[in-house]
Amino acid sequence: MTELLLGTKKGLFALEGEPGSAFELRCRAFAGEPIDFAVRDPASGRAIATSTSPFYGPKIWFAEDPAGEWTQAEGVALPEGGDRALERIWVIVPGDDGNLYAGGDPGVLFESRDAGATWELNGALWEHRVNEDWQPGGGGLCLHSIAPWPGEPDKLAVAVSAAGVWLTEDHGATWSRGNRGIVPRYLPEEALEDTFQLCVHRMERASRDPERMFIQFHGGVYRSDDAGQNWTAIGEGLPSDFGFPLALDPSDPDSAYVIPLTGDFDRVTPEGHVRVYETRDGGATWTPRGDGLPSAQAYLTVLRRAFDRAGEGSSLQLYFGATSGDVFGSGDAGASWFTAATRLPPVFSVTASE
Amino acid sequence: MAVVCLHGPLRNLAGARAEQEVAGATVHELLCALEDLHPAVAGWILDERGAIRRHINVFVNGERGRERTVVGTADRVEILPAITGGGT
Repeated sequence: MTELLLGTKKGLFALEGEPGSAFELRCRAFAGEPIDFAVRDPASGRAIATSTSPFYGPKIWFAEDPAGEWTQAEGVALPEGGDRALERIWVIVPGDDGNLYAGGDPGVLFESRDAGATWELNGALWEHRVNEDWQPGGGGLCLHSIAPWPGEPDKLAVAVSAAGVWLTEDHGATWSRGNRGIVPRYLPEEALEDTFQLCVHRMERASRDPERMFIQFHGGVYRSDDAGQNWTAIGEGLPSDFGFPLALDPSDPDSAYVIPLTGDFDRVTPEGHVRVYETRDGGATWTPRGDGLPSAQAYLTVLRRAFDRAGEGSSLQLYFGATSGDVFGSGDAGASWFTAATRLPPVFSVTASE
Repeated sequence: MAVVCLHGPLRNLAGARAEQEVAGATVHELLCALEDLHPAVAGWILDERGAIRRHINVFVNGERGRERTVVGTADRVEILPAITGGGT
């Protein structure tokens, strides 16, 4: 049985099912509230969700069972008395030592060591944020990707739109940038050399080869072979190298899946045709995977956190949701696809667990 | 002390009481005192800067109030979600 936790514009939806047929709706929580992200913590078994009420601000919640009672987490705020307020929590990622990380707007990282009940702001990264000129992307100044290093909990990479990639090897005490090779085509050529205005859309690390990383950029797909220090463009062969989501097969460090959109000027699936693109050679070549996906009159937008996977290898499961309220899945590593759910509210995020 | 009237989820966070007396010479002081009385309210009305959240309306005796609005001991303070916040 696979569980999907969907963050939507109108609540959290927990679906259950087996790959190949429509999933059952197990419960809906936070009815009417925008849920930015929800995930099952593998260490504690808890469901952790983030909401951004237009009235009451961003919150993190946790529950033993998403159908049960949710409790508001503590510590999810910026230092009091400053001139900035927390705008949104974009993502929650389990670390490698049982802790949890949360990233959000304005470019902030939190850590929880008690299964999401209390959170602490990473002060060193916040100091960079305060002292440097970080510019927001279209979705705000969002820290949306957090990549732990399997087996080495002190090593972490995060990505911020639009402040690029940040790396730490001392559990967040100090941070350095990891941006060499990334070319922001949205800036004039004269500004490229000195800019840190880098609009990463999503970043993932290959768990079996942690130095291997991938980025879906704002125009460009990149691969790193040195843990995020240097990046090589690998977008050639895609119908568009613009998009948001990204997923990897944990069994294969050369694998990556992206869902291209036409471009930043038209953020829908190209030519009304929904296709996931897969590489198994580190981005040298890309193969469209669309068997079972809408092939005509389908102009979908898939947001950065609305793509996830469960399992690995030949039984890798892939799931993505669109702002149309459709959710699609594959139980065979993208070879074929099925419709997991339809007519939901706009899907902000998808996480899958077995 | 002024009488504070809470609506929506704020009421449950503040002890499930529709009205309660809270001390404070300004709206900001009163809201801080409300958070002291009911810590679960912290972050729901005021943000980290001490500002009233953008889509929360505070009325003092029916007039729109801001953080520095003076509050008298006989005043009635209503805290409501704004109609602008819901979008679609």
